[in-house]
Amino acid sequence: MSLGLIVLLPFFGALLPGLLVRAGRDTAAIGAGAVTLLAAIGVALNAPEVLRGGVVSQSLPWLPQAGLMASFRMDGLGLMFAGLILGIGLLIILYARHYLTKQDPFGKFLSFLMAFQGAMLGIVLSGNVLMLLVFWELTSLTSFLLIGYWRHLPEGRQGARMALGVTASGGLAMLAGLLILGHVAGSYEIADILAAGPAIRSSELYLPALILICIGAFAKSAQFPFHFWLPQAMAAPTPVSAYLHSATMVKAGLYLLARLWPVLSGREEWVWLVAGTGLLTMCIGAVVALFKDDLKGLLAYSTVSHLGLITFLFGLGTKAAAFAGVFHILNHALFKAALFLVAGIIDHAAHTRDLKRLGGLMRLMPLTFLLAGIGTLSMAGVPPFNGFLSKELMLEAALEAGHAFGPLIPVAAGLAAAFSVAYAGRFLIHGFFGPVRHDYPEYPHDPGPGLAISPLVLAGLAVAVGLMPEPIAGGLVRLASGAVTGAEIDTHIALWHGLTPALGVSMAALLGGAVILAAYRPLARGWAATPRPEARLIYGQIETGLRRGARALTAWLLNGALSRYLGVFLVVTLAAGVWALGGAPGPETRPMLAVPPGVAVFWALLVLGSACVVAFHRTRVLALVAVGIVGLMVSMAFVYLSAPDLALTQISVEVVTVILMLLALNFLPKRTPAPEGAGPRAWQMGAGVIATLTGLGAGALSYALMRRDFAFEPISDYHLANSVPGGGGANVVNVILVDFRGYDTFGEITVLGIAALVIYALTESLLGGPASRRLIAWTPDQARAGDRHPLMMVVASRVMMPIAVLVGVYIFLRGHNTPGGGFIAGLVMAIALLMQYMASGFAWAQARQKIYYHVLIGLGVLIAGFTGIASWAFDRPFLTSAFGHVHIPLLGDAEIASAMAFDLGVLLTVVGSVMLALASLSRIARRAGGEVLSGLPAPHDDDAEDRR
Amino acid sequence: MNHWIIAPVILPAVLGPLIVLWGRFDMLLQRVFSGFAVGALLVLSVVLFVSTLDGQTQHYALGNWPAPFGIELVLDRLSALMLVIVAALGVLVLWHAIATGWDRKGWHFHSLFQFQLMGLNGAFLTADAFNLFVFFEILLIASYGLMIHAGGKARLAAGLQYVVMNLAGSTLFLFALGTIYATTGTLNMADLGARIAALPPGDAGLVRVGAVLLILVFALKAALVPLHFWLPDTYAGAPGPVAALFAVMTKVGAYSILRLSSIAFGAGPATDGLMEDLLWPAALVTLAIGAVGVLGARDLGRLAAWSAVASMGNLMAALALPGGAGVAPALYYMVHSTFAGAAMFLIADLVASRRSEGLGLHPAAAMAGGGLLGLMFMAAAVAAAGLPPLSGFTGKLMILEALTSRPEWPLAWAVMLGGSLLMVVGFARAGSVLFWKERDPKAAPAGGKTSADIPADPDALPAEAEEPRVQTSLPAPRALSLTAAPTVAALLLLAALSALAGPALTWAEGTAAQLTEDTRREAHQPVPRGMGAPLEIPTGHGEGGH
Repeated sequence: MSLGLIVLLPFFGALLPGLLVRAGRDTAAIGAGAVTLLAAIGVALNAPEVLRGGVVSQSLPWLPQAGLMASFRMDGLGLMFAGLILGIGLLIILYARHYLTKQDPFGKFLSFLMAFQGAMLGIVLSGNVLMLLVFWELTSLTSFLLIGYWRHLPEGRQGARMALGVTASGGLAMLAGLLILGHVAGSYEIADILAAGPAIRSSELYLPALILICIGAFAKSAQFPFHFWLPQAMAAPTPVSAYLHSATMVKAGLYLLARLWPVLSGREEWVWLVAGTGLLTMCIGAVVALFKDDLKGLLAYSTVSHLGLITFLFGLGTKAAAFAGVFHILNHALFKAALFLVAGIIDHAAHTRDLKRLGGLMRLMPLTFLLAGIGTLSMAGVPPFNGFLSKELMLEAALEAGHAFGPLIPVAAGLAAAFSVAYAGRFLIHGFFGPVRHDYPEYPHDPGPGLAISPLVLAGLAVAVGLMPEPIAGGLVRLASGAVTGAEIDTHIALWHGLTPALGVSMAALLGGAVILAAYRPLARGWAATPRPEARLIYGQIETGLRRGARALTAWLLNGALSRYLGVFLVVTLAAGVWALGGAPGPETRPMLAVPPGVAVFWALLVLGSACVVAFHRTRVLALVAVGIVGLMVSMAFVYLSAPDLALTQISVEVVTVILMLLALNFLPKRTPAPEGAGPRAWQMGAGVIATLTGLGAGALSYALMRRDFAFEPISDYHLANSVPGGGGANVVNVILVDFRGYDTFGEITVLGIAALVIYALTESLLGGPASRRLIAWTPDQARAGDRHPLMMVVASRVMMPIAVLVGVYIFLRGHNTPGGGFIAGLVMAIALLMQYMASGFAWAQARQKIYYHVLIGLGVLIAGFTGIASWAFDRPFLTSAFGHVHIPLLGDAEIASAMAFDLGVLLTVVGSVMLALASLSRIARRAGGEVLSGLPAPHDDDAEDRR
Repeated sequence: MNHWIIAPVILPAVLGPLIVLWGRFDMLLQRVFSGFAVGALLVLSVVLFVSTLDGQTQHYALGNWPAPFGIELVLDRLSALMLVIVAALGVLVLWHAIATGWDRKGWHFHSLFQFQLMGLNGAFLTADAFNLFVFFEILLIASYGLMIHAGGKARLAAGLQYVVMNLAGSTLFLFALGTIYATTGTLNMADLGARIAALPPGDAGLVRVGAVLLILVFALKAALVPLHFWLPDTYAGAPGPVAALFAVMTKVGAYSILRLSSIAFGAGPATDGLMEDLLWPAALVTLAIGAVGVLGARDLGRLAAWSAVASMGNLMAALALPGGAGVAPALYYMVHSTFAGAAMFLIADLVASRRSEGLGLHPAAAMAGGGLLGLMFMAAAVAAAGLPPLSGFTGKLMILEALTSRPEWPLAWAVMLGGSLLMVVGFARAGSVLFWKERDPKAAPAGGKTSADIPADPDALPAEAEEPRVQTSLPAPRALSLTAAPTVAALLLLAALSALAGPALTWAEGTAAQLTEDTRREAHQPVPRGMGAPLEIPTGHGEGGH
C-alpha cells in the first residue's frame, strides 16, 4: 500500500464515525478501528523493505515551486513511530468506547481522534519538511479540538487555547526555521537535507535555523519554558491524554530532533541548547510531578520530565545516547500510556483522581493495582521492567557527558531519576496502599474487560520488553536509531551489564527516591510554602495583556472620529506628494494670462464664498448659501474661459443640488453640532493647519500644472481634429461625452441612477423604522411663512413649465453641434419639474405624475446601453456611433446621429434620478405632516388621504 | 470582433435597470433575474478566462476609436482572473443573501448588486485611467447602497464614514488624474507607460506626484494602514452578505496598484520602483495592525474585518517586492483571501442570526447548529490565519519564499509569522467563546456592547430604523443546511485552491510574466510634442447612411 494512502486512510476514517454513530457507538468504534487496522496493515506491508534496511518513499508534486512536495518516506524511525501511533490508536479506540459516557458525543470524538491519527502518521511518514509542517500544525489543531472536547468545562477551553497558542506558534517559528534550512540545503526533501549535513552545519544561518526549529520542537514536546501547556491539556478525556499527550503527539518534537539529528547535531550549540533544555526540563518536571495530587497532573509532569530526558539524550549528540533516546521513546509510550489509562480507570471507578482522597485501592481494585504497579515501577526505572533498561542507558550517557561537560550533568540526571522514583512511588503507595477508606466519592471496583484490555496489553508489552529486550525490541530500536544517526548501531540491550557506574547511580536514585518519598509530608509543606513562578499564569497574563493592549491600540486608532481619519489621510497625501516631487518641478513653459479687474472681482467673490463656507459651516443654511455662491462663481469662470458647456452644466447642477439640500435641511438640525471625539482645542488647531496646508498644496499643484505644457501631444488634439469628421458633431465637448468617451458617460449616468435608487432605498428604510414615529410627531422648529405656496410663484412656475421643457428639448437637440446635450437638458427639465413641486406642493405634483421615476431611470440606462449594443449588429464595438443626414419635409436637412439616442438615455436618467431623489425627500416631509407641502386649495385635496 | 470581452460589464448593466423596471415590486422576479445574471456571468467569466490561457492579450476599442484616443478594454490573464473571482463570489453571496432572506430587508438589493458587479467588472477590464475612475464611482455608490441596505442607526453611521472617506479618495483620484494628464497628455494606461518611459527629466517630478497620489487612492481602497480607518466599521456594520462581497473591494485597490505599477509606472525611470518604496513599509505595518486588531476585537464582525486588513498586508507585502518577484504569490493569495474573507463574513452572518448575544465575544445561550458552525468557523479561521491545510498556508508559504528577495526579509518574516500567531490566539479565543462557552440560561443576560453599537453620529439623518443584532428572542432562522451551503462552498474552494496550489502558482507565474512582457512591448517611443505626425482618421466612423 502506498504511503500516501496510508496517511490518508485515517482522514477518511474521520468521516466515518460521524455517520456510523447513528448505527450505534459500537459500530462507530468498529469503523474507526477497522480503518486504523487497515492503515496498520498498510504499514506492515511496507515493513519488510524497511527491515531489510531500505527506505520506502513516494513523491507527488504539490507546490513544487516553493519546494512543497507531497513526499512520503518510511525508514526505521518512521516505522517505529507509525507502529506506535496505529497500535496504541487501536487500544485507545477500544478504551474510549467504554470510557466515554452516553452523554458524550462519541462520533465527534472518534472523528477528531482519527483526524489526529492521520496528522500524526503524516508527521512521521513525511518525506518533505514542509509537508511535515503541514501535518505538524494539523496535530495542533486536532489536539485543540480534542482538549476542548468537553466544551462545558472552562479548564478544557482554556487548556485547548493554551495548547494551540503554544504549539501553533512553535509551529510558526519552526516554519521559518525549516525554510531557512531548506534554503541552505537547496531542497526541502528530507533525503536531500540529510545529505547536506556538512553544508548546513557550516552555514552562517545554522544558528537561527537551529533556534527556530528547536522552538517548534520544544513547544510541541513540552520542553521548558513551553512545558506548561501539557498539564493544562489534561482537561481532555483520559484516552486523549494517553494517546496525544503521552504516547504520540508530544513525541513529535522529539521525532523532529531525531530526524534532523544527523544534520543539526555535531556543533556545540546543539549540545548546549538541546541537551541543556532537556536536562533542565527533566529535573523541573520530576520535582513538580512529586507534588501533584491529581493523578493526571502527576503523570503530565512526569511526561514533561521524561520528554526532557529524551531531549537530553538526543542533545548529547552521541550515537549511544541517540540509541538510548529512541529506546526510551518506545518504553515511555508503553508504560506512560498504560498509566494514563489506569488513572482513567480509577477516575471512572472512584469518580476522583485526587491522591488525597484515594488510598487503599489495592484490595478493591487488584487488577488495576497490578497494572499500576507495572507502570509505576517501569517509570521509576526498577528492574526488570523496560523503563529500567533505557534509564540505565541514559545514566551511562550522562556519566559520559559528565567527563566532557562537568559533573553537573550526571548529578542532575541522578537527581531527576531519584525524583522520578519518588513520584512513581507516590502514585502507587498513596493511591493503592494504606487502609480502605469509606469516603470515596464512588465505591471503586475493578473495570470490565473493555477498559482493562488496553492497559493490560501495554503493561504486558512493558514487562516483555523488560524481560526479553533483544528479541522483542532490540532489532526495531537498532533500526530506528540507525535511521536517526545514519549509521549502524551495534549496542545491545541487556538487563545486566555488570557492576557499572550507571548501575551505582541507579541504585542511589532508588534509595534517594525512597528517602524523598518517606519525607514527603514535610517536603510537601515546604513546597506549598515556596513561592515560585507559574508559567501557566504568566502565559495567561501575557495573553490577557496582549489582548488588552491590542484592544487599547485598536480603540485608540479607531476612535470613530471622522475628522481624525480625514486628517491622517490628508497628512499622508501631502507628505507623499512632497516626497514624490523631490524638489522643484521643471521650468514653467506657459505664460501667465492677464487678469482684468472685472475677473479679479469674481475671483475675490469665489475666495470669499469659500471662506464663508468655512466660517459659517456650523450654520447650515448659511454654509449652503456660500456653497451656492462658490458654484456660481465657478460657472462664471467657465464662461470667462470659453467653456459654455461646462458653465451650463455647472449652473444647473448647482441649482438642483441646492434645492435638494434645502429640502433635506428642513429635517436636520439647523446647526452642525461639534463632532464627537474631535479632541481638545490644540487638535482642532492642528486640523486647521492640516486643512490649510492641503488647500495650499492643491493650489500649488494646480498652479504648477497650469503653467506647464504637456510633455507630449495630448490626446485632445485628436478629439478636436476628429470631432466633425469622425463624430459628426461640431461641439467637441458633447462628442467627447457621447462618442469618444461615451463609455465613461454611460458609467456616470449609471452612477446617477444608482444614487437615486440608494436615496430611495434609504428613505424607505427610514420610513419603515422607528424614525417614522419620530417624524409623525415632528414639529417644525422654524417659523413658517404665512403663505406656503404664493400664488405668484405657482402661476409663474406653471407658465414656465412648458417653456422650460421646450428649452430642455432645444438644448438636447442642438447639443451635438453647439453647447448643450442630454445631461444639461435633463437638468433643465428636472428644474422645471422641481419648481412645480416647490410652488404647488408635493401632492399636487405627484397626482399629475404619469411615469414613475424608477421607470425613467431604468429606461434611460437601458436606452443608452442598447444604443451601444446596437453597434454589435454591425460588428462594431460597443457604442460605435454612426451619423447621417436626412431630409425632413418642411424642416429641411437634419443630421441624425446614433449618439442622440444615447444622449436621450442620458437625459431620461438625469430627470429620473433628480426627481426620484426629490420624491424620496418629499416622502419624509409628508410623513412629518402632510400639510407641509400641500398645495393650493384645490377642488380635491390630495393630501387628505395622505394625512391618514 | 470579440464582443464577449465587454459582456461582463454590459450584462449586469442591462439587468440592473431591468430589475428596477420590471421587478421592483416582485421579489421572485428580482431573484430570478439576479440569479440568472450571476450564473451567466460566471459561465462567461470562465469562458473568457480559458480564452486568455494562450497568453494573448485581447483589446477592445470602445466606439471603434483607436487607443489611446478612445477608451480601450484589455482582457489578459490578470483581468480574466479578477472577472472569475467577482463572478464566483457573486454567485456565493447572492445565494447566501437569498437563502437568508437578506435581500428582502430593504429596497433595490438586487439591482444594486448587479450595479456593484458591473462596477467591479468594468474596473478590472478597463485599460484607461479615467475610465477606471468612472467604474470606481459605480462600485462606490453601489457599495454604499448595499452597505446601508436594511438601514439601522449603527449601519448608517458607519456608512457615512465609508462614503466620506471614499469621496475624499475620489477627489484625490481626480487630482491624480489631472496631474497625470496635464503632464503626459494621455489617459490610456499603456500609452501612459510609453510616455513616462520617454519623459523629459524636467517633467518627472510632477508625474511622480500624480503617480503617488494615484497609488494613495488605491491604497485607501485596499485599506492599507494608515488609510484603513474606514474598513473595520464598514465591514462590521454592513449586512453579512454585503460584507462578504466587500471582500473583493479591497482587492480592487490591490489590482489597480498592480495594473498601473506594471503597465504605466513600471516602464520608465521616473516612476519605476516608486510603488515599492511607498508600499513596502505600509504593507508590513498593515499586517501587524490587522493582526493586533484580530486579537483585540470585541465582536466577530470586527474580528473578520481586521483579518481582512491583515490579509491586505500580506498581499501588498508581496506586491511591493522589487522586480515583480511577488506578483505570482500575490495573485494566488488574492484569490485565497477573497474567499477566506467572504467565508468569514458569511459565517458571522449565520452566527448573528442564531445567537442570543449577536456577534459579541461574550458568552451567550446555546446556539442552534453551533457544532457545524463552529467547525466552519474553525476552517475559515485556519484559512485566514494561514495554517495548513487550507490555501492560507500555501499562499503564506509562497509569499515567505518571495520575501527573501528583499534584504530585510528577516523582519518581514517576523512580522508575518508573528501576525499569524496573534491571529491564531485571537481566533482561538473567539471560537472558544462563540461556540464552546455557553451562558447558563438561568443567569442574567450579560450586558455589553456588540457590533451594532457603533458610536452614532448625532448628525445622521433623523432616524434610527434599527435592525437590531441583539435580540432577546430570535426569530427562527432558516435551516442551517440551506443557508450554510454557500459558505461551505467557499470553504471547499479554499481546500481545492490549496490542493491545486502547484498548478495555480504556475498559472499565476504565467500571468506575472504576461504583465511584464506587455509592459515591455508597449514601451515604444512616443512622439514628443511639436513633432507629431498628422493625425489619422479611423475607419468605421462617419459612414452613416442617408
